[in-house]
Amino acid sequence: MTGIWDWGYAVEVLPALLRGLQVTVLATLLGSVLAFALGLVLAIVLRARVPVLHRVVRAFVEFWRSTPLLVQAYVIYQVLPDVGITLGSLAAGVIALGLHYACYTSEVYRAGIEAVPVGQWEAAAALSLPRSRVWFGVILPQAVPRVLPALGNYVISMFKEVPLLLAIGLVEVVTVARQLSADSFRPVEPLTLAGLLFLLVSLPASILVRRMERRAGAG
Amino acid sequence: MPVEPMVVLDGVHKRYGDTAVLSGLDLRVERGEHVTLIGPSGSGKTTILRLLMGLEAVDAGTIHVGGRCLTHMRRRGAVVPADEKHARAVRRTIGMVFQQFNLFPNMTVLGNLIEAPVRVLGMSEAEATRRAAELLELVGLTDKTHERPTRLSGGQQQRVAIARALAMRPEVLLLDEVTSALDPELVAGVLRLLRLIGESSDITILCVTHEIGFARDFADRVLMFDGGSIVEDGPPERLLVEPRVPRTKEFLAAVLEGR
Amino acid sequence: MLDNLPLILSSLAAGVPPTVFAAVGGIALTIALSAVAGLALLSRHRAVRAVSRVYVEFFRGTSEVVQLFWIFFVLPALVGYQIVPLAAGIVVLGLNHGAYGAEIVRGAVRSVPRAQYDACTALSLSPWDRMRRVVLPQAVVEMLPSFTNLFIQLLKSTALLSLVVVDEIVRRGQLLVPNLGVGEKLTIYLVELLLYLGLAVLVTSGMRLLERRAAARVGRPPTAARSGFATGVAM
Ligand SMILES: Nc1ncnc2c1ncn2[C@@H]1O[C@H](COP(=O)(O)OP(=O)(O)O)[C@@H](O)[C@H]1O
Ligand SMILES: [Mg+2]
Repeated sequence: MTGIWDWGYAVEVLPALLRGLQVTVLATLLGSVLAFALGLVLAIVLRARVPVLHRVVRAFVEFWRSTPLLVQAYVIYQVLPDVGITLGSLAAGVIALGLHYACYTSEVYRAGIEAVPVGQWEAAAALSLPRSRVWFGVILPQAVPRVLPALGNYVISMFKEVPLLLAIGLVEVVTVARQLSADSFRPVEPLTLAGLLFLLVSLPASILVRRMERRAGAG
Repeated sequence: MPVEPMVVLDGVHKRYGDTAVLSGLDLRVERGEHVTLIGPSGSGKTTILRLLMGLEAVDAGTIHVGGRCLTHMRRRGAVVPADEKHARAVRRTIGMVFQQFNLFPNMTVLGNLIEAPVRVLGMSEAEATRRAAELLELVGLTDKTHERPTRLSGGQQQRVAIARALAMRPEVLLLDEVTSALDPELVAGVLRLLRLIGESSDITILCVTHEIGFARDFADRVLMFDGGSIVEDGPPERLLVEPRVPRTKEFLAAVLEGR
Repeated sequence: MLDNLPLILSSLAAGVPPTVFAAVGGIALTIALSAVAGLALLSRHRAVRAVSRVYVEFFRGTSEVVQLFWIFFVLPALVGYQIVPLAAGIVVLGLNHGAYGAEIVRGAVRSVPRAQYDACTALSLSPWDRMRRVVLPQAVVEMLPSFTNLFIQLLKSTALLSLVVVDEIVRRGQLLVPNLGVGEKLTIYLVELLLYLGLAVLVTSGMRLLERRAAARVGRPPTAARSGFATGVAM
């Protein structure tokens, strides 16, 4: 038995942890893409005020973001197979993340869309642009750059929430760390390294987002 | 022995970044004197009041108030820049009223009035409350004692702010465009109050204003500022009526035209 | 299909007290840490700011699950002493959300206008009185809505305690799942989600009450109408 910290063991487990981190990052990126796309759809539905749909979506968004992601992941991973939809851990995890965070990004888009001056809608209407051109040609190109920093912050939040997907069997970095410590009865190195890896990714990412915020604020 | 002036600025320099606002300003204000500062926007009037109140630090020069040095102190025989404690002790004799009132929104009118007397002067709450009642009567707001400041009109808020400054029994009162943020119909009430205070007390008052009519009958002396220095200094009857310096003439013409 | 509903309800309901206990404990710790670390971020002393900054960045930069596992698995290996899972959970909930709360406190204090500081100086109030009597009462009004959101996040995070075998709502559900047949899983999870929704509504209503009171104390109308029934975010 060596001391509190065994450098040899730490170096030994690092490659496995890094492979786990890749999965964490992959899940984050896929989840982000889904959250960005779905959030935009939700925002447009809410904004367009389609009679009944708008109320249903609104209630769902409120409900979904005030309940734990962990339970939502269980629903997607364990309940969907009962109705014939069987998903792997990664797919289920990405959907859970994407759906949960879409409820937040829709709010971000809403704020961004509201920040576009009313005159822009009126100008587009005056030109009789079709509905889709108004959205994708006029409004969104102005709204999206403004909300990028806020979206970036949610990507970082998602990254830190990926580990809870270990509950549905996703072999991400914390799962790897837990397996390693179970095999060796030495939890110190793997779990501490896993924590440091999170810092290593999320600190530069936050600095990047802060820089984006400053630029968005200045521009 | 001549009576020492109440306020003395000696060679005061102040710059913000690259803009030099004051470059070697000298100014003397006698005890009980009412001095009005006029001049175009950006000429440094607010800066002088803020320096006197200790809200800004001088870059060079000294300021004395009531014979005590505000900007510097003695430590082991040497003269060093004043520390926070020293500055606070000298500042206690000075009160200031701001253009935007700056009342504390988390306290009632009464709370605003008794806060500093209780916490700074160590007055009992009962005593401070009694004094506050007198001051509220003076400013005509007895019925607003327990209101929140945000529920008052601008003119009422400014009268509370004046009462709050007076509650500290200042020897020097600094008034920075106290009617500029008010709707026109509320200005007269505040000016009437200031005249009353001017007549009924021996407080030394430095007052920045664009109300030329008020300056004429309130001030003992008017200082015309431009570009951070005093370009003309004289009694209001003379300076405001027959200015000698072209700059003053132009300024007064511009202000009167704005009416 | 709903034959087992009474069993499900009673099992999951038994998980509510631990969940509430963890949430309340976590919130209490969050408030304390937010205040201390938030004010430390504003300290005149560089060292104090630095210590607080490290705490904030560390806990915001790592994952809550990792923090939980670290306290639960690593700490005992280091100090040879296992803390009770629920206590470990509360500590992690508090440390983690306290780091976010510190930034809320810092931002709210800094949002108090410079003019209020000027007024304090003009009245010779001491820095201590200025903070306690003028700045903080105004900052609190500003920070309450953000804390509402933070507490909802914390409430959701209590579900993670099921991973270190605290017998809260989600863990009770996990114990039921293998024993009940196909079709009942959905019922179990729906009941869980509704329980969390109910708790979230409770937190939000409580905080709304506080927000209204606090806003009234500075003579402001309550924060701009916000329509979300559970998370309190405008939609
Ligand atoms: N905090 C500050 N930072 C930078 N420049 C300032 C600041 N305060 C005042 N100034 C500048 O100093 C000059 C004098 O300002 P001020 O004393 O407010 O003039 P007045 O009250 O006569 O209008 C102006 O040019 C103004 O822009
Ligand atoms: Mg001015």
